[in-house]
Amino acid sequence: MTMRPTGNMPETAPTQSGDAVEIADGVHWIGALDSALRSFDMILRTANGTTYNAYAVRGAHGVAVIDTVKAEFSGDFFRRLESIADYDEIRFIVLNHLEPDHTGALPELMRRAPNARLIISKRAPAMLKALLKPPGDDNFDYDVADTGDEISLGDRTLGFLHTPFLHWPDTQCSYLVEEQILFSGDVFGCHYCDDRLFNDRVGDFRFSFDYYYAHIMRPFKPHVLDALKLIEPLPLKLIAPTHGPILRDRPRRYVARYRELSTSGDCFEPGAEHRSLIVFYLSAYGSTARMAEAVCAGAESVPGVRVSLYDLEGGEIDPFVDLIEAADALAFGSPTVNGDAVKPVWDLLSSLAVVSLRGKIGAAFGSFGWSGEAVPMIEDRMRGLKMRVPVPGLRVKLIPTDDELAQARDFGSRLALAMTGGGHSPDARGGDAARGERVIDFADLK
Amino acid sequence: MPKAKVTFEDIGQTVNVPAGIRVIEVSEKVGAGIIYGCREGDCGTCMMHVVEGWNNLTEPSVLEEKVLRENMASRHDRLACQAQVIGDCTVKPA
Repeated sequence: MTMRPTGNMPETAPTQSGDAVEIADGVHWIGALDSALRSFDMILRTANGTTYNAYAVRGAHGVAVIDTVKAEFSGDFFRRLESIADYDEIRFIVLNHLEPDHTGALPELMRRAPNARLIISKRAPAMLKALLKPPGDDNFDYDVADTGDEISLGDRTLGFLHTPFLHWPDTQCSYLVEEQILFSGDVFGCHYCDDRLFNDRVGDFRFSFDYYYAHIMRPFKPHVLDALKLIEPLPLKLIAPTHGPILRDRPRRYVARYRELSTSGDCFEPGAEHRSLIVFYLSAYGSTARMAEAVCAGAESVPGVRVSLYDLEGGEIDPFVDLIEAADALAFGSPTVNGDAVKPVWDLLSSLAVVSLRGKIGAAFGSFGWSGEAVPMIEDRMRGLKMRVPVPGLRVKLIPTDDELAQARDFGSRLALAMTGGGHSPDARGGDAARGERVIDFADLK
Repeated sequence: MPKAKVTFEDIGQTVNVPAGIRVIEVSEKVGAGIIYGCREGDCGTCMMHVVEGWNNLTEPSVLEEKVLRENMASRHDRLACQAQVIGDCTVKPA
């Protein structure tokens, strides 16, 4: 049904019968294929669709269903489930992630399997209630799982890993101890639809794997690294994610790829020990460009700050987003045109949802003819993106004089001091970069 | 105006704040690692752990208690968007 190479795949696709597909002894895939999807959640392109993977694990004392599917695909899910289990055998429904593409069939499954216990992560109860909207809390029952918790199916044990913010607060992974299978939720998933289902049989999905990481997991890199600390020590025969191919051939490659993607490449760069300021600008008549050069010169006068200057007209969004992710501070120089900053500034500032900006420092400057709204508008946008704007923006009417260029140099040096903790401006960088406690006044954070 | 000190343990930063301010107002400006969502005490995203000075934050409301319970909060966890600073304290992401 999707992207099948010609001539070299004589085997029948395992999903073709509409029944469940065994992925290990007593463990079945009971998901659905959505090959027609071309855009997921309005943010991801899906060139050959996606899959909603759900699983069933059979033990001596019953069956556990792990995740469900998007509501429109409930028919496929229940047909596959019914091919391997009766509803009264289902003892547990494990929800590793509550997003509707994995819980669409949940209300009906709960109705058909009333004896099953819901197992969700410890951060999930409020979200589950919002999802199901039960009439009252009293008649709503579930168990919460944390790292180290287990449920038993008699001869089989499902353990839990608390892995929040991958990519919602509620996310968790579960692990079938005896078969060494990780049910990873959206982690290690991708939007790739191929009815051959297993990573050693489907087409080349490396692009989709990296693309999914870049858009879904990338803003949460510290949480990915926390999760990898739990996942990496596990013996792994197979990773069963909720989207895309089932990873049975060398599953550790995908774990290693996540570590690679989540670990900053800064260490290979000269100057990585410095704080990095990126100055972006656009200029119609050269005035904002001259201000940008002066801002850079001022910032460079502060030891420990590495400054990069880019004309937004000469670059593309994606590499700029990469630069911003690795930077400590951003400054935008924009003229004001008809009461607004110019479009390339907004294009870049509306493309940053895939990276974490928390704690980065922002600043704005620019030349204007009439009213100069661009600078405060850019500052507001940066505050909205959870950046700090410690140095008030700098505006110059039309062509900057020598005095005004000196102000721009001073603006740059104050910005650099805010980055290095000089003056009264705080050091906003967390983690290893901030050592020792510093004391500042709240008023200086404005 | 009475002052207090809030220390964000994850970034090693102490801030002198006016008493009565909500922790979230300080943490987002200083760039601490407390994640926040609705900012209205409903989603539980901004849960933080109070390392020191538990009694130097305002008492949790009934609604905050409910959200904390639903999110399996540990002892001395609070919502940064609800807890107001009334004395020195040290917090970190939960």
